[in-house]
This record gives sequence, structure tokens and C-alpha cells, in this order.
Amino acid sequence: MIDAGGARMSVGRAVNWLLSGERVGSRALAWVLAAAVLALALAPFYVPGGRGLAAAARICIFIVLVGSYDLLLGYTGLVSFAHTIFFGFGAYGAAIALKSLGATWPALILGGSLGIAAAVVLALAVGLLTLRVRNIFFSMVTLAIASFFLVLASQLSEITGGEDGMTFQVPDPLGPAARLGELFGLRITGAVVVYYAVFLASALLFLGMLRLINSPFGRVLRAIRENDFRAEALGFPVVVYRSLVCCFAAGLAAAAGVMDAVWLRYTGPNTVLSFSIMLDILLMLVIGGIGSLYGAILGAAVLVLGQAYLQDLMRLASDSTQAWPLLSALLHPDRWLLWMGIFFIAFVYVFPRGIVGSLRRS
Amino acid sequence: MTGAGTSPAAPGTRAASAAWRARLERLAPLLLVPALALLALAAIPFSTWVSLTVAGLAMGGIVFMMAAGLGLVFGLMDILNFALGAFITFGAYVAASVLAALGPWTRAEELALNLAALAACGLAGAAVAGALGWATERIIIRPVYGAHLKQILVTVGVLIVAEQVVPVLWGGVPVPVPRPALLKGSFLLGNVAIERYRLAALATGLLIYGGMILVMGRTRIGLLIRAGVQNREMVEAFGYRIRTVFVAVFIAGSALAGFGGAMWGMYHELITASLGGEVLILAFIVIIIGGPGSTSGAFQAALLVGQMANYVGYLAPKLALGSNILLMLAILLWRPTGLLPASRN
Repeated sequence: MIDAGGARMSVGRAVNWLLSGERVGSRALAWVLAAAVLALALAPFYVPGGRGLAAAARICIFIVLVGSYDLLLGYTGLVSFAHTIFFGFGAYGAAIALKSLGATWPALILGGSLGIAAAVVLALAVGLLTLRVRNIFFSMVTLAIASFFLVLASQLSEITGGEDGMTFQVPDPLGPAARLGELFGLRITGAVVVYYAVFLASALLFLGMLRLINSPFGRVLRAIRENDFRAEALGFPVVVYRSLVCCFAAGLAAAAGVMDAVWLRYTGPNTVLSFSIMLDILLMLVIGGIGSLYGAILGAAVLVLGQAYLQDLMRLASDSTQAWPLLSALLHPDRWLLWMGIFFIAFVYVFPRGIVGSLRRS
Repeated sequence: MTGAGTSPAAPGTRAASAAWRARLERLAPLLLVPALALLALAAIPFSTWVSLTVAGLAMGGIVFMMAAGLGLVFGLMDILNFALGAFITFGAYVAASVLAALGPWTRAEELALNLAALAACGLAGAAVAGALGWATERIIIRPVYGAHLKQILVTVGVLIVAEQVVPVLWGGVPVPVPRPALLKGSFLLGNVAIERYRLAALATGLLIYGGMILVMGRTRIGLLIRAGVQNREMVEAFGYRIRTVFVAVFIAGSALAGFGGAMWGMYHELITASLGGEVLILAFIVIIIGGPGSTSGAFQAALLVGQMANYVGYLAPKLALGSNILLMLAILLWRPTGLLPASRN
């Protein structure tokens, strides 16, 4: 006799353990999230070509990147514009190692680890320097530092490939030429292997973030967020905890950078350090919902899919309204960011808690 | 036993040297600009040094115009207004359009017509930017007043939208901005070439700085603004409608930024949609170095930043932007509240 009720309960308990008890809060949200995760897990099976799989991989990478940013923003309240630097450190670390030491696993591990370590050290330095000044100063300083590294990456062309970036090979089963047979009717090419590597890494890092914020450390962070004066009075050194959060967020962003480098087999200032990436992060955060890691999943999915497919729609609309040049210019796919910007502002006013918040309220 | 501090310190005593040290500490920020200039003189041949210094001071004057509004709004209202980049861009583009429309006036070799064209384009830029500022304050910022995170997000949103609207209105290619005929080219002092426009920009920057100091120091509204920067609640408690002061400062700052954008366009003779965002970073650096809410601090910092950019741009072009950021970090470590904290103005 199968005890269906008992089985459901233990499945529920297993999922709860996996999610470290992070509250989903709404049945609709649970379904949406489950559907998204399933779609990502099975992406190679149903997306036709490179573009669909590229979008899926980008979603996975951005889930980690946006999640780490939410960690920073949600628990320190600081709007940092330097997050792309950490992303870039991871990507360039892996890229430089793979290019100069050859496409081997040790090179990848070495480069990736150095990139992540550099990101953590920089986060610590920035944190210690600026956490003692006011919050708004922090935003301005991080903006300046971000443009500094952007210029640096373009200028040090011997090391970083300059404006054009650098292409490189990745270690063997991840390379495009790999053929590992078939499974469930899917030809396992290098692209599929890399995709699943990225997917699994993203999943592990995401679950790791959930674990972090639901741990005793996370509870102290929540206390600091609610009332930092009281937390300090209770004996928790607020500056230390905030610096640690900065370091975790930086390390996670750098890990996402490593994934990005491996997926694209290319790294350049425009793909990892530019302000458009920072804007993408902010957009995904606001759309998904600030303060909830699940929002990172939804925000990343919405924005990446929109970028990939809505621009085609815009091209159609722009071509069909040629008779009204102003309208046609407004609908041109290059003006994608205009509509996202308007969308973004609207979301901040109307849906301050993002999709996650709206689903939870309903 | 004489009471402490009742009699002037005798020369040579410890108290005297402490007083001198205190005076030096206060004066130190003022000495930075000439100090940097002298340092550069050691590394750069004289004639180049002169034109670089003029360029640096001129650029500083223009950046000051843009940063002044940002700093006052920040010091007074605690609002970090990223949308200022949008005002700068629009100011530059509108001024370029007006200048193009007044082609005959700019091409003529008559001072009166040239100045009229300059005034027209500058005022047009300022007016459009001011109007945008009023709209932004009313529609975008007022609903989220007090919520720092949302403020930053929505003003960044405005900047994004503006950067996308510019190509729609003016096309996606960089727009050239011709300088009026009498301000083109340079004149020679011995073997030193000084660009006419840069002198004009420097003069304008000084005029605006002087004007702001007068307004801040000699008028009632200036007094209210300075008091508001120091202690907003107290000013409200005295019965002044600080809200009106806020809006006025916001609009004035936006208009000034638009004017600065117009001048920046003529300085570089070519403008793109991303100009606002790029200059905004310089403006932020200036505010951080100078201290928010302080006009003199912003002016000093702007001159420093302009000089740094030009000297380093000549000596080691790759490090030009980085040098300003390193300067900012160095000064943050020395004086976390900025060179001249707002209480001095």
C-alpha cells in the first residue's frame, strides 16, 4: 500500500531541505519556478539551434549573477555598480589562463580560482574603504571603479585582448568538437556537455546561496538588515558581516564569470564589463523582485528571452510602420533598451516587489 | 595662572606651531590645484604645459557647471540624480541644433553675432535641461522621495531612456558641433598656443563660480540653501518651505548641467548619445573629491580633475581616466568627507 499522503509529505520535506527552507510563499510561484527549472534542465532536448541553447545558458549564468547581486543589495542595502568587475575577473581569469596555459582542466581551475580570489580581495578592499562612508557615496565610488576597470581591460591589450577581447579553447569534453554518443535521443555534443556543466554549476551555486541566507550567518544578516544599530548592540560586528556578504557576492559573481567564459569561449570588455551588463542585472532584479533569490530566476528568464526574441518582434513592427518615421524609429530593435528602461521605471513604481512579489500577494 | 586660550600664543611655543599646523590643514585643499600644476611643470615642456593647463582648467570649469547642480541636490536633498546625465546630453544636443540653425551667425566674423549665437545655444540647452529637470523631479523623483534605492533605480532608468531617445530624435550618428568663428583656433603667446575657446570656457566657468558664490553668500535663498544642506529639519522648523527651495535648486542644477553640456559639446566639437553618462562619472568624482553640498569644494575638485585628465592624458594616455579615480580614492582616504566640507561653502 503506498501511502500517497506520506509520500507527498516526504517529497515536500526533501524539496524543502534542498531549498534550505527558503519560503516560496505562493502556489502559483511554485509552479512557475518549477516550470522554469524544468525548462532549463531539458533545454537541449527541445530548443532547435544554437540561439535557443545560448539563451538558456545565459539564463543560468545570470541567475547566479543576479542572485549574488540580490544577496549584496538585499542584505546591505547598497547599490553597487562594481558587480560587473567581479564578473569580469572570473571571466578574464579563466580566459587568460586558458589562452596562455593551454586548454586544459588544470588551467581552467587555476584561472577560475585566481579570478574568484581576485574578486573577493577587491570586494574586501572596496568594502573596507567605502562601508565607512555613506551609502550613496558607495554607489558613486563603485561606478567610478567600474569604469576604471573597463578602461583598464581595453588598454591592457597584450594581456586582455583589448577592445576585441580574446577567444580561446576549452578543455576537452567541453569543446565544440566533442561527440559523446547519444542519450534519450539527444546527440551529446560539446555544446550539450558545456550546457549541462553550466546548468549544474548554476544550480549548485543557487542552492548554495539559499543555504547561505538560511543559515545562522544569514539570520544575522537579516538582523542587520532590519536594524543594524541593534545588531551591533547585540554584539555582532556589522562591518565584518557586511564585508563578508560583499566577498560572497563577489566570489559568486566571479564564478558566474568563469561559466560565461567557458560557455562563450570568448571574453571581452563588452560581454562582461560593460555597463549594459550592469543594466541587465538591475533590470532582471527589478522585474524578478528585489529581496528574493527566486526573483533572480524569473527576472533572468524574462529578460534574456525578451532580448532574444522580442527584438525580432520589434523589427517586424518597425518595418511595418515605415510610413510614420518617428514611430518606426521608436520601434526599431536597436531601441530595445528604451522600452526596457520604461518598463523598468514602471516596474519600480507599480511592482516594487517584482513578479515574485505580485505572485505572492495574489 | 592665565586661563587657557585667553592670551595669544607666544611665537615659538607649542601652541603657536599647533595653530600654524591647523591653518595649514585648512589651507591644504586650496593649494592642491597649483601644487599639481607645478608638479606637472617638472615633467612637461613649458609651452605644452601652458596649453595643457589652460585645457585642464577649462575642462574643469565645464565639469564644475555640471557637478555643481549634482552636488547641491545631493547635499540638500540626499538625492543621487543619475538623470543629470540625461540633462547634460539633451543640453548638448539642443545646443548643437540651435548652433547649426544659427549657422550664418556662427560663421560671421563679428563678435556680437558670435556671442549672440553662443548665448542662444547655451540658454536653449539650459532651458531644455531645466524643463526636463522640472519634469523629472515632479514625475519621477517625487513619488520615491526618501527611498534611496528606488531613487537610484528610477534615475538610472531615466538616463537609459534618454540615451535611447536621442538617436530617435537626432539620428544615431555622432553630431559635429562647430565653434563660432571668432572662437575657433588658437592665438600665440610667444611659442605657446592657447585655444581661444578654452579661454572662453575657463572664463565662463569662473563667472558661474563667482555667481554661485555670490548667490550662496549674499542672498537669502543662498543662505537657506546652505542652511538646508547643514540641517534640513531645522530650516523647516523655522517655518521655511524647504520643498520649494528643493525644487528650485533641482531645476537650477539641471539647467546648469544643460548649459555645461552645451559648453562640453563645443569643447569636444563632436557629441554622441552616451556623452551624458560618460561625463556623469567625472561629475561624481568631482563631488566625492570636493565634498557634496560645497560649491567651492566642487570648483576646486573640478579644476583638479580637469588638470589631472589633461596632464596624465599627455604623459600616459592609457591612464587618463584611471588617474582621476586613483586621485578620488587617495582623497577619500585623506579626507572622507571631501576637500571642503559643506559647512564652509
